[in-house]
Amino acid sequence: MTEGYDLIVAGAGPAGANAAIAAVEQGLSVALIDEADAAGGQVYRRPRVAREARGAGAEAGWRGHDGAAGEELRLRLARSGVVFHASRRIASVSGRFRVDVVGPRGHDALEAPYLIAATGAYERVIPFPGWTTPGVTGLAAATILIESEGMLPGRRVAVVGLGPLLAAVAARIVESGGEVAVVADLASRSDWVKAAWRLTAERPMLIDGWAWLKVIRRARIPVLHRTGVRRVEGERSVRRLVVGPVGADGAPVPGPHAAFDVDAVVVGHGLVPSGDIPRLLGADLRHDPAGGGWCTLVDGEGRTTLRGLYAVGDGARIAGARLAPLTGRLAGLAVAREIGMISAERFATLAGDTQAEIARLRPVAAAMARLMILKPGLVDGITGGTIVCRCEDIPRSEIDKAIDEGALSLNALKHFTRCGMGPCQGRMCGESVAELLARRSGRSRESLGIWTPRPPLRPIAIDELIGTFSYADIPIPPPSAL
Amino acid sequence: MKERDTLRIAGTRRGGRTVIIVDGRPAAAHEGEMLAAALLAAGIRELRPSPTERTPRGAFCYMGVCQECAVEVDGVRRQACMVRVTPRMSVVLGGGFKT
Repeated sequence: MTEGYDLIVAGAGPAGANAAIAAVEQGLSVALIDEADAAGGQVYRRPRVAREARGAGAEAGWRGHDGAAGEELRLRLARSGVVFHASRRIASVSGRFRVDVVGPRGHDALEAPYLIAATGAYERVIPFPGWTTPGVTGLAAATILIESEGMLPGRRVAVVGLGPLLAAVAARIVESGGEVAVVADLASRSDWVKAAWRLTAERPMLIDGWAWLKVIRRARIPVLHRTGVRRVEGERSVRRLVVGPVGADGAPVPGPHAAFDVDAVVVGHGLVPSGDIPRLLGADLRHDPAGGGWCTLVDGEGRTTLRGLYAVGDGARIAGARLAPLTGRLAGLAVAREIGMISAERFATLAGDTQAEIARLRPVAAAMARLMILKPGLVDGITGGTIVCRCEDIPRSEIDKAIDEGALSLNALKHFTRCGMGPCQGRMCGESVAELLARRSGRSRESLGIWTPRPPLRPIAIDELIGTFSYADIPIPPPSAL
Repeated sequence: MKERDTLRIAGTRRGGRTVIIVDGRPAAAHEGEMLAAALLAAGIRELRPSPTERTPRGAFCYMGVCQECAVEVDGVRRQACMVRVTPRMSVVLGGGFKT
């Protein structure tokens, strides 16, 4: 079945949901699609369990406002008139624009002349020895477990990597009654001081950060700066973490190691924009480390270089959850104007405050994003035997060998090694493989481009594609007279 | 420090207690819980062997991206992080393929 709309929004996080609501309020018919069963994206993910507020963090208010913002967003969406297709994965986007979605009810096609891609970000994790051991998970994964499922990632957890999520996750574990053995941060203390200076423009962020640090300090958790993972030990699941000093670029430097007995390691090295849809449709992207990697080129209102296609939020460029609802709303209004539902004057009136707030928050968002820039030394530090491509079990040594044998483009490297051909479709290893190739071949990430994007955008189960179809549903014409 | 006997965070209101069947053996879970989280709480971290080296793998991203938590749920291959627990749900580890 094909359903027609004025606008389709892909992704119901803060950017997408606000884009959809802004457009429907101006009289557009809007479909919103998300693979989760509720709106909110990762940052405002609906808690599946109800929790009592507690501890110093709750006093300072940081637990409260994320949850409340999510509930408020879901309530506004429910009242808005947006047609919300929850629990549906986007299999493919084609034409201008047909969006094929698949879910427990089978397959549907949605069509609209305008499409806003608000597909958010996923976490970058640069490989280290032992990172495939069960019990090693992402920082974002730990947040989901704690906030959404009321579950600790382990009994004794090490929190490692870089960026603001480190402190947030460590504090959440402690607040939830868990134990954090160590926080190992690739950044130095002065990196944080520099960022904090920028964040003074946005008090709620500083208050959050301060509350997290207070919780960590009170629990007497060792916080090691300029420290990276040397290896994770454990046969069938995590038993021990060994860390050691790193330089400013994240590469290991000589110095004393420290070991911690833990049963879980949560790790993250920043966020990467999930630009699948603009890539697939052929909109222009640019590689910008400060934006998280491949960023979709957009104008001030979120228009990509492809007519009718917009990209907003972290899916276009890493800028965080404060900016996402604003860029989403602005794009929703811009589509309403482009479609002719509102005049340019009306657009200026409706969008003025949003544009001013975006301008005010841009430097703050940039400072946050800078804390999560890929540290090139991390990639240099991957040892030869370390698995880089989890899906196909490809170690760094095989990738280096293929490059030396002449695999000098990403697609050639894929053919030589199978990196990127597994079920994660290159989402886990793509950043590391591209960076390894760039550094060994002396070419820029920009010139290396990206792996050829192809549908389905995510793996799809055939039974979900078929849905409730049965052979009895096929109309059989009566046999001809002959 | 006293070792925790459960990863489930206290003071949390959950769905009703139920049982899921993992490789033929019962494991405690709560209705509506993310299957990957229920398996973690039941002490089951090793979900499948990697395809070529056969090294142990478990849930990694918990958000539907990495595909490491693929298991067989009631006869079909699913990501354990995208499935909600239902009573007596049957789970076969090993990636949904015969190993």
